[in-house]
Amino acid sequence: MDIIKKGDWVQIHQIVLKPEERAAHLPEDTKKVPLELWVKGFALEDGKIGDEIEVKTVTGRKVRGKAVNLNPRYIHDFGDYVPELTKIDMQLKEILFGGDDNE
Amino acid sequence: MNRDMSYDAVMGRKNEIMKKAIGIDFEVFESGGISFDYERMMREAGYSLDEIQKIQSSTGVGNTPILELKNLTALARKCAPKGKGAKIYIKDEAANPSGSFKARRAATAVYHAKKLGYKGVIAATSGNYGAAVASQAAMAGLKCIVVQECYDSNMVGQPEILEKQRVCEAYGAEVVQLTVGPELFYSFLSLLEETGYFNASLYTPFGIAGVETLGYELVMQFREKLGKDPDKVLITHAGGGNVTGTARGIIKAGAENVEVVGASVDLSGLHMASDRDFNRKSFTTGHTGFGIPFATWPDRADVPRNAARPLRYLDRYLTVKQGEVFYITEALSVLEGIERGPAGNTSLTAAFALAQEMDEDQTIVVQETEYTGAGKHPMPQISFAKQNGIEILFGDPDTEIPGKNIVFPDHPSRIKVRDFDLNKARASYIKNAINNYGKNEISKQDLEFLVKDTKSSEEFVLSVLSELGAKVE
Repeated sequence: MDIIKKGDWVQIHQIVLKPEERAAHLPEDTKKVPLELWVKGFALEDGKIGDEIEVKTVTGRKVRGKAVNLNPRYIHDFGDYVPELTKIDMQLKEILFGGDDNE
Repeated sequence: MNRDMSYDAVMGRKNEIMKKAIGIDFEVFESGGISFDYERMMREAGYSLDEIQKIQSSTGVGNTPILELKNLTALARKCAPKGKGAKIYIKDEAANPSGSFKARRAATAVYHAKKLGYKGVIAATSGNYGAAVASQAAMAGLKCIVVQECYDSNMVGQPEILEKQRVCEAYGAEVVQLTVGPELFYSFLSLLEETGYFNASLYTPFGIAGVETLGYELVMQFREKLGKDPDKVLITHAGGGNVTGTARGIIKAGAENVEVVGASVDLSGLHMASDRDFNRKSFTTGHTGFGIPFATWPDRADVPRNAARPLRYLDRYLTVKQGEVFYITEALSVLEGIERGPAGNTSLTAAFALAQEMDEDQTIVVQETEYTGAGKHPMPQISFAKQNGIEILFGDPDTEIPGKNIVFPDHPSRIKVRDFDLNKARASYIKNAINNYGKNEISKQDLEFLVKDTKSSEEFVLSVLSELGAKVE
C-alpha cells in the first residue's frame, strides 16, 4: 500500500508561494496560507506516498512534488439527498397543474 | 538557462510572455491615451462572422435549437398581473460539443492557435471554458493545459469545479489545480513561458467574435420561427464576453431594437480572493463577483485590451439570488423536462421575473443553457453548502445573505426583478479609466471613447469627469 512504481498515475503537490511570498492586498485569511498546486502524471521513479517524486504529465511536462495520491479517484458526486428540492418540485407542479386551491 | 522564476521576476516578464503567447500586437490599436480603436481591433485581430461560422461548423459548434418554455411561461403568467407575461424561449447551448456556449469561444481560439503553429493551448479558468478549450484542442490534435482555482487551504474543492477538472481530463487535458488567490496568474505565466503554448484567453478579439454567432443565430432562428425579432434577450453576465459577443451578433443581424439585458447572481459581501469565502458560495461563475469588476474595468483581464466590454452593450443589468436560480433550475427540470446546470440558468431566472413586466404578446429569449451532471447540479451544490454551514431556508429571497444562507422562494411570485443601476457602473468605469490613465486632462478622442464604452452620452461622461476633477483638453 502507498507504494508507487515507475509509470503509476500519481497526484503531486507543491507549495508555489509561501505566505510571506504572496501578493500584496490579499484578504487576511488568504495571506496566512500558502499558494498550493496539485497536478497528476506518470511517476518517473519508484517511491511511496509522501515522497518527493517527479512525474510526467499528459502534455509531457516533467514536474516534481510530493506524491499525495495514487490512482486518485474523482470524489464529487450528486451529494446527499436534499428534501428541500423535492418540496420545490411538488409545489411547482401543484401551482401549475394542481387546480385552483393553491393559487 | 536558469531563468529567475520568483514571483516578481515572472510578473516582470508579463508583457514579453503575453506577446509570445497570444500573437497580437495590441500597440497598433492604442492612441496613447485612454482610448483605443476597439472596432479596428475586432476587425483586424479577430475573424469575420462568415469565417467564424465556417470554423465553428467544422467542429460541430453552434446551430443549437431555440425551445419555447410553455409551462414556465404559464407559471410566470400565474404570478403576473392580468395580460402580462411574455413568452419565454431558451437557446439550448448545452447542445454544443462541450456542453456550453463556451465552445464558440474556444473554437476560434484553438483554430487561431493551430493556424499560428502553436503546439498547445493554455487556459486559466475554473469554468465551462476549460472544458470547451480541452474539447476543441482534442479535435485539433493540440496539447492542452487548464489552470484552475479549485481548492481552499484544506484541499476542499467546490463540487462544480471538481467536475470541471474531471471533464477537462476526460477530453485529454492536463489540469493544474491551485488554492485560492490572484497569484494563479503567476502560475499561468510560468506555464506559458515553460511550454511556449498559446494563451487561449477568454478575452481576445477572436474569442469574443466566437460568441457573435450566438446572437446572430438567435435572431435568425427567431425570425424564422416567429417572423419577428425578440423583444428582449437575457444574457448571464460574468467576465463580459457572453454579453459583448451576443450583443454584437444581434447588431450584425440588424436587430438593433432588441433590448440587451444582463443578469448575475448576487454574491455581494463575499470576497472573491478569500480562502474562507471561497467554499461559501454556491455559484462559481455568472455572479456579481466577476460581473461588476469586469464591467467597471474590463482591462483587468489577462490581455492588454479586453475585447469583452459589457457596458458598451448592456441596456439593463439585473441581479438574482442563489436560492432563486436553484428554484428555477428545478422548475426547468420538472415543468419543462429539461435538466440543465444551475449557473447557466441565471439569466433564465431573471427572465422569469422580467417576463411578468411585459405583455403577453411580447417575447423574451434566454440565450444559454449549460450541461449538468455530478457536481454541477442543485443537489451536490446544496449538500455542499449545508456542509459549509450555510442555512437553507424558504421565504423571501430578498433576505438571502450570500455566505450565510440560501433562501428558496416560498412561492414563485417571490422571484423579483432587481435592477443594478448601470449609471453607477458607468461612473465607476470612468473613474477607473481616469485613475489608470493617471492624468486629469483627457483628449476629445478619449471623451468619445468613454461615451461609446459606457453606452452613455457626452453629457453623462462630462458630469462624471467634473465630479472627479478631470477635464477635456
